Amino acid sequence: MLTKRIIPCLDIKDGRVVKGVNFVALRDAGDPADNALIYDREGADEIVFLDITASSEQRPTLIDAVERTANVVFMPLTVGGGIKKLDDIKTLLRAGADKVSINTQAVLEPDFVGEAAYRFGTQCIVVAIDAKRTAAKKGWEVYIYGGRKSTGIDAVEWAVKMEKAGAGEILLTSIDRDGTKSGYDIELTSEISRRTGIPVIASGGAGSMEHFYQGFTKGGADACLAASLFHFRELSIKELKKYLSNKGVMVRMV
Amino acid sequence: MIVIVDYGMGNLRSVEKAIASIGASSEISNDPGTILKADKLVIPGVGAFGDCMKNIRAYGIEDAVKQFVAKGRPVIGICVGMQMLFDDGDENPGVKGLELMKGRVKGFDYEQLAGEGLKIPHMGWNTVKQAKKSFLFEGIEDKSYFYFVHSYYPAPLEDVTIGTTDYGIDFTSVVQKNNVVATQFHPEKSQANGLRLLSNFINYRG
Repeated sequence: MLTKRIIPCLDIKDGRVVKGVNFVALRDAGDPADNALIYDREGADEIVFLDITASSEQRPTLIDAVERTANVVFMPLTVGGGIKKLDDIKTLLRAGADKVSINTQAVLEPDFVGEAAYRFGTQCIVVAIDAKRTAAKKGWEVYIYGGRKSTGIDAVEWAVKMEKAGAGEILLTSIDRDGTKSGYDIELTSEISRRTGIPVIASGGAGSMEHFYQGFTKGGADACLAASLFHFRELSIKELKKYLSNKGVMVRMV
Repeated sequence: MIVIVDYGMGNLRSVEKAIASIGASSEISNDPGTILKADKLVIPGVGAFGDCMKNIRAYGIEDAVKQFVAKGRPVIGICVGMQMLFDDGDENPGVKGLELMKGRVKGFDYEQLAGEGLKIPHMGWNTVKQAKKSFLFEGIEDKSYFYFVHSYYPAPLEDVTIGTTDYGIDFTSVVQKNNVVATQFHPEKSQANGLRLLSNFINYRG
């Protein structure tokens, strides 16, 4: 049986891991490769790097971090943030990333995901969707530029469209829940999981082990992602997996 | 020398690094002469079956790989590198594989899997049931986890299956025919179990 995946996400800035709440009061939390190795030993199933480096001149620091991580960690690594061109994808894959996550560019350039999937294979193209409930509470809207700009696009329709374009996986973040620790947006997750035939990663809102359980069972997620919860050691991946396994969720015990 | 066959597809560096981490060295090459002189070959593969076969022919290394196998030297195929060992596949009908093992590469049945709530691609960690004893499984427990990413799987027409995996159906995930072995999963992405499997291949004295 295929197991459900637990994915820690590391925010990377200028080639270093940063921790902070809502990108405020960021503090240096060490080297990405060192952090990835800790998660590797704890039993993470994959790792996501999200680059929040502001200036493109600092891009080489990310590439270097990916290279050094891929030298020591032998598990799938997804890298997202700031991908604008096919060449950006090539550089990251060459550096050792297994998948790349595309967000804003997928919206700005309608053919980008299709071209990327055609050139590099659907298996390495993750489309990240930042979704927020609409004011009318009818459905969710896609936001870009790190959740700062609304697009008017319906998130569920967008997920279906991205699957057709060649996305191999969807990284679905609820903006409403992100940083709240009140649990994943189960309704959003289950709606997109039901409407698409590709794996869905739930993200945004995890605050307890119960939330992961709900993400997998009620939300139908194939993987659950969390950042600060793991960063700040509020939850260990080992404990989480033991809990899920006891509740009947198939997870890989290490 | 272990040679990683380069035909312009796939993440060769991750395989190279995994081999380096277990203390062996390897060379990435697309030169038929280098391939023929190797002690062992690794055939990785990412992307579509047809593209991979097209490239391996365009690089002029199909014959070198076949000669290498004919000499009885050890080869490991990974993912599409496994699929290419077979006759042909659903993904690109009409494109011939390396025809080193009899069988066809089939696609997961979308309808059947959807009915069971399973997605395509088959992506993530799944177990391998060891159907036969092999040097490849030395020191690896039965039903250990490995990392998979694929939408197609080989359906052998000869007795080469040494490991199977359950994803809606029980499919062949590891094969061995004499000194040619292959895995549908990515050992280079499967942490300790994967590195052990690669090390078994590297230390194999076929």
